[in-house]
Amino acid sequence: MAARKSAPKKTAKSNTSKEELLEYYREMLLIRRFEEKSGQLYGMGLIGGFCHLYIGQEAVVVGLEAAAKEGDKRLTSYRDHGHMLACGMDPKGVMAELTGREGGYSRGKGGSMHMFSKEKHFYGGHGIVGAQVPIGTGLAFADKYLDNGGVTFAYFGDGAANQGQVYESFNMASLWQLPVIYVIENNHYAMGTSLQRASSTPDIYTRGEAFGIPGEAVDGMDVMAVKEAGERATAHCRSGKGPYILEMKTYRYRGHSMSDPAKYRTREEVQKVREERDAIEHVRELLLQGKHASEDDLKAIDKEIKAVVNDAAEFSKTSPEPALEELWTDIYA
Amino acid sequence: MATEVLMPALSPTMEEGTLAKWLVKEGDEVASGDILAEIETDKATMEFEAVDEGIIGKILIAEGTEGVKVNTPIAVLIEEGESADDVASAPAPAAEAPAAAAPAAAPVAAQPITSEDLSDPEIPEGTEMRSTTVREALRDAMAEEMRADDTVFLMGEEVAEYQGAYKVSQGLLDEFGAKRVIDTPITEHGFAGLATGAAFGGLKPIVEFMTFNFAMQAIDHIINTAAKTRYMSGGQMSCPIVFRGPNGAAARVGAQHSQDYAAWYAQIPGLYVAMPYSATDAKGLMKTAIREQNPVVFLENELLYGQSFDVPVMDDYAIPFGKARIWREGSDVTIVSFGIGMKYALEAADKLAEEGISAEVIDLRTLRPIDYDTVIRSVQKTNRCITVEEGWPVASIGNHITAQIMERAFDYLDAPVINLTGKDVPMPYAANLEKLALVTTAEVVEAAKAVTYR
Repeated sequence: MAARKSAPKKTAKSNTSKEELLEYYREMLLIRRFEEKSGQLYGMGLIGGFCHLYIGQEAVVVGLEAAAKEGDKRLTSYRDHGHMLACGMDPKGVMAELTGREGGYSRGKGGSMHMFSKEKHFYGGHGIVGAQVPIGTGLAFADKYLDNGGVTFAYFGDGAANQGQVYESFNMASLWQLPVIYVIENNHYAMGTSLQRASSTPDIYTRGEAFGIPGEAVDGMDVMAVKEAGERATAHCRSGKGPYILEMKTYRYRGHSMSDPAKYRTREEVQKVREERDAIEHVRELLLQGKHASEDDLKAIDKEIKAVVNDAAEFSKTSPEPALEELWTDIYA
Repeated sequence: MATEVLMPALSPTMEEGTLAKWLVKEGDEVASGDILAEIETDKATMEFEAVDEGIIGKILIAEGTEGVKVNTPIAVLIEEGESADDVASAPAPAAEAPAAAAPAAAPVAAQPITSEDLSDPEIPEGTEMRSTTVREALRDAMAEEMRADDTVFLMGEEVAEYQGAYKVSQGLLDEFGAKRVIDTPITEHGFAGLATGAAFGGLKPIVEFMTFNFAMQAIDHIINTAAKTRYMSGGQMSCPIVFRGPNGAAARVGAQHSQDYAAWYAQIPGLYVAMPYSATDAKGLMKTAIREQNPVVFLENELLYGQSFDVPVMDDYAIPFGKARIWREGSDVTIVSFGIGMKYALEAADKLAEEGISAEVIDLRTLRPIDYDTVIRSVQKTNRCITVEEGWPVASIGNHITAQIMERAFDYLDAPVINLTGKDVPMPYAANLEKLALVTTAEVVEAAKAVTYR
């Protein structure tokens, strides 16, 4: 069960159809525009506290959702807006939670880092680095116990990968052959600490080897490579072989949170990734070059997405704050 | 349409900042993500990116300006063919920040249950009473609930093949099999989180900690995950889970293995906390705990596991949370305790009776919710109260009960309330010192005499 590194794929010769490619474009763009708007609302003081943007990493969630089946579960850390949009949660409900309003997914009581949707099988939004890893392992435990064929995607970052509970989870997941995919979103910076300053080894996907968990590194900026890796991982889990590790090599363009001046990396480094590896630009080029879509088609999509995001922003401003009685509800069932 | 670029808030607390430097000039075309300016906050210098694309029509705040309030327009972004003058004089839009919420009227404490509604199940006349140890009672409760509900399972260290480090799970593996009685690796943080996730995923886990001292490794999941998720999800998520195991001092195991966590967990909204003394209560409260839709911390005691009590032989003996048991009625002093503290309370009441002092002894049984009403009614009758627990004195359960008595029955008190607790030291190993560190029956007797001025 050796860990392996999949070859970077940069072409459209995969099993992806034109319609699918357009859909990925649309979903990635929705996340990016939504996050830009979140940043804007934060700047206006409409969003409070911590707000962690997903800009740059869009291909990871969009590609993996394309490999998921109805009933599969997912959960992640506090950088969670992209995951929620990708699994089909309503942008209005997400944005209204960011502004702390009644129309938010947690009726304003969770905030950016703590949102859930049982309907979409999204199990949070977790504010404690690494805590979602054993919780996700437990969701997979429940799936196996109930024998329902479900798979859980447990997302965490390169920073969380150094938490002890991750390895406690790896051990139990492998011991009990649980259907969980550990998705390490390696965006290269744990807050302000680069991977090489925090990790004794450069390749996180190999960290399951000691537990017998196969792992692979994936170009997380290539939505089709992500999707294909997701298909390998889900097939592994669904065949009863236990957990799987996917290390997504990705990059976040913005700071760790809104209050991060990002002095730990150069502007040139960010700019270089944006110019050379941007996931959305990549798909845009494939669509245009393959004549799957015209500039006008893409402009129409841009416009449509902008309208969705503006509606969400408008809703998040007009939805009222939660009633004061809400302070005392939802503590106990 | 022209849009104003507003001074951004770049941290949760930022109200104003310095516009240190413009990186664009009027007439420049900008795209989303381009860096417009550098802004100094109280913490750091941050880059400020464009959200929308357009042309910088006008710069309204010159670089170097200090004390620029958040949401002040600092530039105007125009589209091709527009003029900045059309909008430059437009008034700044009022920030749409929500009005500060008026402070909510705060009840003294969230009280989901009123004790008036609660009572122990009727024990029909002629019901057989069987002498049962606390250990057996806990096992019987788990077995009965596992028979009734397939989603209930037990996990922990040595719970299956070893039959339980303290033999509480004896026989369960044989009856329910390895799917439902699961030996875990020694990995408290991991399996507490895993079990919490399983509860979110539709199961009803019982997690045994070999002792609650080891649950310190897992306390993040008990509090941050299990207790808070229902609230943070606006009521969407349920976490039906029981965290159980021995708590408090055993005998001669030293500081790291001898600690009472009653007051710690009792503080957490979102948790229920049960701490039984008798076998009957251990069984009845455990059945309720397993049926609960909320996370329950169930604090047992190693020294009580082998104690026998008469337990009614009934199929469905579930005791509601939030209802104290009055073990002994009395008129001179109220003794409030729970868990192993009850041993000292009851022994003291016997001794006090010999000396003509009539003590009413109340077992709280659950520490969240707490049955304040029963305590207050008793104090209104006896006018005196002492509390007994094994935990440390600072911020103890006794302190909290005392505060409630002060608020609700101050005028009834004829003496200050005395809180008896363990001593304010790590548990020593030496036999004589350990004895000294724990609360004793003699101390309870002495305190009762003090408040009755005998």
